[in-house]
Amino acid sequence: MDVASWCRQCRVLVVAGKGGVGKTTVSAAVGVMAANAGLDVLVIQLEGRGGVAALLGHPEDLSYREAALWSAVEGPGRRGRLRGRAITPDDALVDYLQTHGLGKVLYKLLSDGALEVFAMAAPGIRDVLVLGKIKQLELAGAADLIVVDAPAAGHALTFLGSAAGLADVARVGPIRAQATEVAELLGDPARCQVLLVTVPEETPVNEVVETAGRLQSKLGVTLAPVVVNGVFPTLEGLDVDPVAEAARQGARLVPGHARCLQEAATFRIGRQQLQDEQLHRLSDGLALPQLHLPQVFSAEIGHPQVVELAGALAVAVEGL
Amino acid sequence: MSSLGEILAQRGVVVCCGSGGVGKTTVAASMALSAAESGRRTCVVTIDPAKRLADALGLASLTNSPLLVVGDWPGELWAMMLDTKGTFDELIVDNAAESGRAEAILANRVYRNLSGALSGTQEYMASEKLYQLHEDRRFDLVVVDTPPTRNALDFIEAPRRLVRFLDNRVFKVIMTPTRAYLRAATMATRSVLRTMSKVVGAAVVDDAIDFFQAFEGMEGGFRARAAAVTELLASGETAFVLVTSPRSDAVEEALYLADRLGQSRIMVQQVVVNRVHPRFDEPDEGPPALEVTGPLAVLEANLAELRAVADREEACLAVLGQRVTRTPLVRVPILSSDVHDLQGLSEIAKWLVEPAG
Repeated sequence: MDVASWCRQCRVLVVAGKGGVGKTTVSAAVGVMAANAGLDVLVIQLEGRGGVAALLGHPEDLSYREAALWSAVEGPGRRGRLRGRAITPDDALVDYLQTHGLGKVLYKLLSDGALEVFAMAAPGIRDVLVLGKIKQLELAGAADLIVVDAPAAGHALTFLGSAAGLADVARVGPIRAQATEVAELLGDPARCQVLLVTVPEETPVNEVVETAGRLQSKLGVTLAPVVVNGVFPTLEGLDVDPVAEAARQGARLVPGHARCLQEAATFRIGRQQLQDEQLHRLSDGLALPQLHLPQVFSAEIGHPQVVELAGALAVAVEGL
Repeated sequence: MSSLGEILAQRGVVVCCGSGGVGKTTVAASMALSAAESGRRTCVVTIDPAKRLADALGLASLTNSPLLVVGDWPGELWAMMLDTKGTFDELIVDNAAESGRAEAILANRVYRNLSGALSGTQEYMASEKLYQLHEDRRFDLVVVDTPPTRNALDFIEAPRRLVRFLDNRVFKVIMTPTRAYLRAATMATRSVLRTMSKVVGAAVVDDAIDFFQAFEGMEGGFRARAAAVTELLASGETAFVLVTSPRSDAVEEALYLADRLGQSRIMVQQVVVNRVHPRFDEPDEGPPALEVTGPLAVLEANLAELRAVADREEACLAVLGQRVTRTPLVRVPILSSDVHDLQGLSEIAKWLVEPAG
């Protein structure tokens, strides 16, 4: 499938997954891939520090104000660009109150911790404020594609389920209206989809299958293909004896090196088998296409590696 | 500084903290098993609702009270899963002056959402449970697995946070008796409540007011308990063990956590690095092999890739060694499968207490 068309299937793509699967890296790679395909992309970070900005070599943490992170310079996507911003519940509340002409009581409210109390009475309020802001950006056409780096898996369910939950509590009023509009956004595949990220290991596979089921059945969201991150590229021909092979070539390996080659090959064969098993389990458990991202073998993951992953992701998308 | 083996042999409380996805629950259970194997009566408290740990321990399910794990070791191993809501309910019933008061709180919507929404409530209940188990004479050692991410800090801060929550000024004003209320309820306070009614609906505001009225007078009990829990966590009886994996994001979180614990004057005693890739180091035995071709090239490429992975992990971990602990990091290698049974936990336990080299 053409990458630009794939990126234009919906306007909000929520990237979700268990901690440690590389959700932020995937968010950055999706953003760069879409920008390279000519889209105007906005990445939204919801928690934590560093994140997408650090990955792309941006000197500062993202804030509520947009920052330019990446521009495509050549090829068909040369007009594409990537911006980033962070949205916290407090920012979203301040923004909300200001746009509703309630700015005066704002500081009082925040300094007294009253929001915390009301957030208790209606726990989804914080999340709905954040989702409401994202919805507002989407409706305003703030970008061709908004990529949301969502909270970790269990929290993602709570986060995305906040609108439905809140509708039970707040029966009238602007928050209710906000919750309804957020629910509409999440339920419309042309506007919003969820991209789940996992790694080819047992527990993360179990969790992504479970999360996917709950997102679909409870929240009615549409799932984009599942991204499998950190896939070891399959190497064929690892089952040769290095000493015998060297002898056949008329060479001689020092014993320490031969042993390392042998042990590394055994290790890799084991990992590849486990990985294949887990990828099959994922296919069996989850009827979604898979996009595989390779394990990065460099010393660190920074700007060049994200660009490389964006390229690998584009190849995977083209293969859909 | 004590080794992990010494900590498990001597301390009364071990708190495992670290970010999500690093295998904290498994490491906590393995430490508890190791202590039981060396003769201590140990209880592990997990907050992970996944059934994996119960399965590995051979239990049908874990509950809010400790269950004995059947196994062949000189000590005892007990396991439980924290039920935040259940623990909080018990705390309310214990602290309420009269029974009607407890029921009013348990039925209040603010209270019912408290355990899910007040950040740190789960940590607070974990520390409360920890305190109860520590007082329980059945156990020599309690190992607790804290909730993931940076919230683990709330483990220290949560008791105080709840007290602060209950001390909320806006609601203090409303709860004071009528005449004082008229004096004290400034325009600002009323305007805050009016605003909130407009935004979230009057029912939500009423619930909040009811909640604070029902809770009145109970803060004292909570404050005293919070102080006792905080004291236990800061005492020499407790050891904090940081669990991480050799990835930059997990290490970042670990550093942040260690810094914040340090601010509360709590030293991280040991750092466990889980799922470390092998290094395939070789002794220097002379000149490298000649240019290789054919099948050997695949083996060389594989070795180079795996060494790159190991080097990246080492680079991440070097920072931990410099900034968090002077004792060697406790490394657990990446194993060929996930932990499914006691044998798997026991294998990890060996790496924890008998570090390689």
